[in-house]
Amino acid sequence: MDWLLPSLDYLLGVPFLGLGEQIGFVWKALLLLVTLLVFVAYVLLADRKIWAAVQIRRGPNVVGAFGLLQSFADLLKFAFKEPLIPAGSDKVVFLLAPFITVLVSLAAWAVVPIDEGWAMADINVGVLYILAISSLGVYGVIMGGWASNSKYPFLGALRSAAQMVSYEVSIGFVIITVLLCVGSLNLTDIVHAQQEMGLAHMLGVPWLSFLNWFWLPLFPMFIIFFISALAETNRPPFDLPEAESELVAGFMVEYGSTPYMMFMLGEYVAIVLMCALTTILFMGGWLPPIDAAPFNWIPGAVWFVLKTSLVFFMFAMVKAFVPRYRYDQLMRLGWKVFLPISIVMIFVVAFVLQLTGWGWHGGMA
Amino acid sequence: MRAIQFLNSLLLREFVSTFFLAMRYFFKPKPTINYPFEKGPVSPRFRGEHALRRYPNGEERCIACKLCEAICPAQAITIEAGPRQNDGTRRTVRYDIDMVKCIYCGFCQEACPVDAIVEGPNFEFATETREELYFDKEKLLENGDRWEREIAANLAADAPYR
Repeated sequence: MDWLLPSLDYLLGVPFLGLGEQIGFVWKALLLLVTLLVFVAYVLLADRKIWAAVQIRRGPNVVGAFGLLQSFADLLKFAFKEPLIPAGSDKVVFLLAPFITVLVSLAAWAVVPIDEGWAMADINVGVLYILAISSLGVYGVIMGGWASNSKYPFLGALRSAAQMVSYEVSIGFVIITVLLCVGSLNLTDIVHAQQEMGLAHMLGVPWLSFLNWFWLPLFPMFIIFFISALAETNRPPFDLPEAESELVAGFMVEYGSTPYMMFMLGEYVAIVLMCALTTILFMGGWLPPIDAAPFNWIPGAVWFVLKTSLVFFMFAMVKAFVPRYRYDQLMRLGWKVFLPISIVMIFVVAFVLQLTGWGWHGGMA
Repeated sequence: MRAIQFLNSLLLREFVSTFFLAMRYFFKPKPTINYPFEKGPVSPRFRGEHALRRYPNGEERCIACKLCEAICPAQAITIEAGPRQNDGTRRTVRYDIDMVKCIYCGFCQEACPVDAIVEGPNFEFATETREELYFDKEKLLENGDRWEREIAANLAADAPYR
């Protein structure tokens, strides 16, 4: 029974209530979950607002000041609507699909370091874990499309599966180039590497730390990662799975009420995850852009949220000004452009690292 | 030529310039009217919710000639006529408009010889049930009393063009 108390302490500890030395894992997870969901609520609002602004509209502005409570009103609306389950559907799988989508996209957040040491699970294969978990996201889509037992959802699910799988390949190769520079799969290490080596150190201006981050030396990869992330999360211009003009709403056609809300939630959590991943891999995670007086007083988590929001702003802008791709164009871009470029870049990066001896060697600049 | 095209697509030139174009639109003043709080202009000829008008002395204008009922292309109007109890003049006993059938063509107000039935400027009369849209004489007269000022002003504004 010796293990029982320490493990309970690990899970449920609350220091100021005298229940343990450290804050328990459960509370940390709960805090992350709640913060994440509230953030997603505002990301949803921001998405609609930015889209509206580019189209010279106002966007939602009635619920709360500037429409700030719109997402919560939508939540209530979805929750109080009657869930419809089609008669011909496979009920268990039909209801399981949105759960899997949400579960999988939330689970990936376990390894994301929002600040130094804030990762719920600081595992040494963090990148691999995220890749594996986000690949599982396809299951929610496929199951939803298949279980609906209807034409449009089925076609949408097929498209979505093909799209997510093909862009995961180029995302994988892009991440490999970053990993070559870092030499570690741990997300915290990736951020540390961007702090301790890079262009700013070479130029002798280490306080200009935004030059250190990987977006500059790996710029083409940064762009490819961004575009692949759009495709991976089914964002416009790659929202073919739910192309309204042809498939009504893709795999979500038969969904309504709470199950639909869970699909949408899962989708947006995945989008924010991709933004966070872009931040970690290419934009220095929680590091301040300029390592000097007024900037490094601000806590790292704030910088992380700011950078994630910036990436999401680009996501939303792209949605507003790029027309939707045709399906064959999408596949051509994925397999014939991004894949060759990223494979070539792997060799280029590897050669450069080998020749010059650059790269992060566990803390040595 | 192809080389330039290749370079343009490689450097995402169109995307970058579109981004700046979109940013210019982003900060433009919004032309949207904040609808429930501010409203757009309505023409004097606007054909909205129906109303039965009265003379200034309170006497109802309608004389039950049934011209509106006859001309109504949607057959939304039902009138029953009869002598009024106190003075024996010809009046409507029943004047119903089925607002669900109505196509808001305005023929009824064109047909009316005494400007009794008019389509007012009000378009915000959505209801939760279908039954509420079966307007009877009482409801139409009430509309007339409520909107008389606007209706009279609109008729006066449009009079020179008739």
